[in-house]
Amino acid sequence: MTDAARAAPPGRALVVGVGQPLRGDDGVGPLVAGLVRQARLAGVEVRETRGDLLSLASVWRDYALVIIVDAADTGGPPGTLTRLEAHAGVLPAQVRPSCSSHGVGLAEAVELARTLGTLPPRLIIFAVAGQDFSLGAPVSPEVAAGAQRAVAAVLEELAAAGWEEQSPPID
Amino acid sequence: MSTKTIKVDVLARVEGEGRLFLRVKDGRVAAARLEIFESPRFFEAFLRGRRFTEAPDITARICGICPVAYQMSSVQAMEAALGVEVDEPLRQLRRLLFLGEWLESHGLHIFFLHAPDFLGYQDGLALARDYPEQVKLGLRLKKAGNSLVALLGGREIHPVNVRVGGFYRTPRRSELAALEDELAWAREASVAAVRFVAGFDFPDFEEDYDFVSLRHPHEYPILQGQLASSGGLTAPVADFDKHFQEVHLPHSHALHCRKTDGGLYFVGPLARYSLNYDRLAPLAREAAQAAGLGPVCRNPFRSIVVRAVEMVQAADEALAIIRDYRRPERPAVPVTPGPGEGHGITEAPRGILYHRYRLDQAGLITEAHIVPPTSQNQGSIEADLAGFAQGHLELPEADLTWRLEQMIRNYDPCISCATHFLKLTVERE
Repeated sequence: MTDAARAAPPGRALVVGVGQPLRGDDGVGPLVAGLVRQARLAGVEVRETRGDLLSLASVWRDYALVIIVDAADTGGPPGTLTRLEAHAGVLPAQVRPSCSSHGVGLAEAVELARTLGTLPPRLIIFAVAGQDFSLGAPVSPEVAAGAQRAVAAVLEELAAAGWEEQSPPID
Repeated sequence: MSTKTIKVDVLARVEGEGRLFLRVKDGRVAAARLEIFESPRFFEAFLRGRRFTEAPDITARICGICPVAYQMSSVQAMEAALGVEVDEPLRQLRRLLFLGEWLESHGLHIFFLHAPDFLGYQDGLALARDYPEQVKLGLRLKKAGNSLVALLGGREIHPVNVRVGGFYRTPRRSELAALEDELAWAREASVAAVRFVAGFDFPDFEEDYDFVSLRHPHEYPILQGQLASSGGLTAPVADFDKHFQEVHLPHSHALHCRKTDGGLYFVGPLARYSLNYDRLAPLAREAAQAAGLGPVCRNPFRSIVVRAVEMVQAADEALAIIRDYRRPERPAVPVTPGPGEGHGITEAPRGILYHRYRLDQAGLITEAHIVPPTSQNQGSIEADLAGFAQGHLELPEADLTWRLEQMIRNYDPCISCATHFLKLTVERE
């Protein structure tokens, strides 16, 4: 797509890293979010969450595009990136189970919002396959490499929709 | 001899990991145990050697649902230890922050965790397909509470703006005024929530609980008051240990609480309501009366109605505090470190939360003791399960199991807090 062909961003975008940085590869979501934040894109808000998506689901309709990055236990090679268009249809079964009991997990929040008609116009999920979710472990090298691919994919997604200009520096 | 086993491996819609075990032998309930196997969390040990100032931020991590209660019990205990009294405007702001947590917690429990039990759905998502407007209302109520916690606490979960002596920063009047319209909506929506849940079918089950809560001279209790019980207890917060004790039972990682005479007691919305009906705001009392609640409610299944009444109370009070708000002259009162012992009790959404600390000369914590509401209610939960099962052994297995799970959720138990919980096994012999 040429620059001229790219439309001005239609409102605000939200990037959310989901995960617990103290649980090994589960920290990939916040890791990606932090790196996307460094790009300082105008009109793009970046958040991290440990997993209570219900609060997020109550605000995401305010954004034209929402991108969520989360670790996934897909059983595939660690670091593998999967892109899902959650606004387009029910999430595949392997991303449905929630590790949360009292909090509401990503898949439940997405399906609840779909049922209530409160999904944002575009909701993209990048799932990064993890392998080691042990307490206190760092993100594994394979998943760290996957995080870099996820950052590039998120930035490309944003750019394709018109969010690519940097915010002016803060004095 | 007849033997029967009902088994539910994972009990959903409660916080944490645990299992219920019920044995029925020759038509009698022989044992009812709530087996908490979530790992112990050792927060009291982490706190030893830390500065008194760190307690609110460390203890807030015990719970993602009620961190404000942990912060408030801890700061009040520290303030008691160090002879500090916060200014009234700061106390009102603390109350406002706490009311936000009540709205969040009750909103989640009523609409996502408990209502599905009454309407025959497996979860909140299934409920949303048939009751979308009610679920939207619940989500928005929860969000109204989140907004208060985020503004006053600095963020929605595990707030960071509370400190011993007050806050790090107090909001400008305009920041709070921005929430006024939403809270005015929340007050009306809470009344509608009371009407919605009051229409559910409630099993005919009542127990003569010994309710325990705070009681304040003129407020519905949240932050302050004396310990009170339906058995006639009136005692200062500092005497908690004289009247209640923790016991370790082999089947649970959570300590169980008993009265010092060994008896069970009951904390939480039903206790608060029944001991403080006369302290409810007129609008909340009217909503309770319209819902058919008397001044005392001993049917734990009706706790969902009482929680909704408490949401009316919370929204009504929050609105009043915001309308009267003037930014305090200082965000906190001065605190001088030193030795001492202090006790703090607040009304977490699930009931009284007790903290006790001892401090050394430098203000370092030498001893910490925390008693969460779910620990205090475990005995009552087990007694309710045994009592209800005994009266309903004729029910088909699936129906009995459903009711027993519902019974547990009457208490909105927070197992993570208490392990300091759920699989369900019913064994019939």
